[in-house]
Amino acid sequence: MGQAVLQIEGLRVSFRIRGNYYSAVDGVSLAVHRNEVLAIVGESGCGKSALALSVMGLHDPVKTRLEGSVLFEGADLLALDRRELNRFRGRKIGMIFQDPQSALNPLMTAGRQIGEALDYHTTLSAAQKKRRTLELLRMVGIEEAEAVGGRYPHELSGGLRQRVMIAIAIACEPALMIADEPTTALDVTIQAQIMDLLKELQRQTGAGIMLITHDMGVVAEMADRVAVMYGGELVETADATTLFERPLHPYTRSLLKSIPSLQAPDERLHVIRGMVPPLHLMPTSGCRFQSRIDWIPVSAHEERPQLREVEPGHWVRCTCYREFALAGNDSS
Amino acid sequence: MALLRVDQLKVYYPVRSGLLRRTVDYVKAVDGLSFELQHGETYGLVGESGCGKTTAGRTMIGLIRATAGEIHLEGDRIDRLSGRALSRYRRDVQMIFQDPYSSLNPRKRVLDIIAEPLRNFERLSPQEERRKVRDFVERVGLHPDSVYKYPHEFSGGQRQRIGIARALTLNPKLIIADEPVSSLDVSVQAQVLNFMKDIQREFRLTYLLISHDLGIIRHMCDRIGIMYRGRLVEEGTRDDIFEQPQHIYARRLVAAIPNPNPRQRDAQRERRLQVEREYEQLREQSFDREGKPHPLKRLTESHSAALL
Repeated sequence: MGQAVLQIEGLRVSFRIRGNYYSAVDGVSLAVHRNEVLAIVGESGCGKSALALSVMGLHDPVKTRLEGSVLFEGADLLALDRRELNRFRGRKIGMIFQDPQSALNPLMTAGRQIGEALDYHTTLSAAQKKRRTLELLRMVGIEEAEAVGGRYPHELSGGLRQRVMIAIAIACEPALMIADEPTTALDVTIQAQIMDLLKELQRQTGAGIMLITHDMGVVAEMADRVAVMYGGELVETADATTLFERPLHPYTRSLLKSIPSLQAPDERLHVIRGMVPPLHLMPTSGCRFQSRIDWIPVSAHEERPQLREVEPGHWVRCTCYREFALAGNDSS
Repeated sequence: MALLRVDQLKVYYPVRSGLLRRTVDYVKAVDGLSFELQHGETYGLVGESGCGKTTAGRTMIGLIRATAGEIHLEGDRIDRLSGRALSRYRRDVQMIFQDPYSSLNPRKRVLDIIAEPLRNFERLSPQEERRKVRDFVERVGLHPDSVYKYPHEFSGGQRQRIGIARALTLNPKLIIADEPVSSLDVSVQAQVLNFMKDIQREFRLTYLLISHDLGIIRHMCDRIGIMYRGRLVEEGTRDDIFEQPQHIYARRLVAAIPNPNPRQRDAQRERRLQVEREYEQLREQSFDREGKPHPLKRLTESHSAALL
């Protein structure tokens, strides 16, 4: 494993709802290394996007309270003001969002938007900037760089828009890329192309990638390590192969068993009991998944569930996975 | 006899322009689509965005008028129906919509939502109606008293089941489901897909499942048609399509499905790039002059592909 580019320690992100603060991310510690894709997976409401947005400083500062630290190149991103943060954002940290339609400026051509990123963070001359823009467009696999660079977002297909956004993200050769559902809005063939492209770019630049997704297929294809979130906490982290072959936490196992493409056709899909409770009803003590796995006796859960290393590099929260394995009860 | 037969269906949207809004061109959303649905099967119509699958589904249920071609339900031609006959057809074919948030009227109680088709087609006393609706609500796994609640009081999966209950009230023969779970989380998705399979047995339904998600299509469907630019490029059983795809477009689509085994990642990527190279080479000859698929050619009893 390379050197850590991003080190998150005890991050807590709390939103104010009617005067009270509730934690959407509750004490998450993780690191993204050079040359590594760390996937953060979970269902909606698990806190994965809140995690990504607060790392980027894109949360609403009035309603959000941040605790803990996010270290990037020796600086704590949470302690920086907007101006200082902008030295990193867009330059050393690139961002790719789910929906390129709304992330791109509809009034600017693709080429100018890439140029804008270069304007902010570099001192290239106009001619150099043009050359670099075309180079970037070719790097993301656009052959007709000149033509595409002159078009507005609405004139481009979804796949091309996503490529333009990736070109902006890599314009200043970032050491870290944060990709929030980068392929969710795309067709499967385009998704495959974008996944291959991100991998290829990573091979060239050695950047660390934090990949936020709910799609286990994308995780299986791209991730080196996986962190599974539930209720704002990490419940399991492991390298991708281990996680798919030996998932331990009941939430991870349930998640994998509910996905059609991972089961034999016609087999019944696993359904997790109940639903993710809304933020203000999330249990704050004990195992947060407890109420959804009623076949594990309450006494089997830890009172203060900790992430524990059960084999080298494989961390699981709470002891409930043991009972789960013992009981052999995989279905609902 | 097939339950539904679609023959050379065409749906063209006019492109108007100029001062007099004259029709200058057509967008050929569906351009010569033919297939049959057998009783009790689940047929998957799959393709990428813009291939015409949603337009095709909406035409079959009568939301859009066909430009040309024929649709037959149990032998009766239904694309030119009006009046009584149309109303009977509308009972037999129901739809499950994609978005459970916008397909239920937020101002109506569940009772009124589910009873609406009954009120249109059957004359029931209020007591009978309530009894029937409560019964359906229970069968889709909700508490019978939830009929007095409003849609916002339910989760996405529950709402989707309310939409399904509404589709079931008139005892339809065919249900057209356009991306029924794509707006739901995986665990909720699993719940709705399991449920669709259960009621299929119970009500002896035939499904036309429209989706871009090949994982779901593979899980649910007996037979599959892959659409490209308004036509089928390949049709066959689940095994035909996923194990032996023949047309280069179908092979490319199948190769793009993420492999759930991280150990096979590199091999999968290699295969994908290989198919991609072939696609570049075979592109010209694989499609006609307009860039659309050739007519389907029968390869085996169940399997056809748009090969020359």
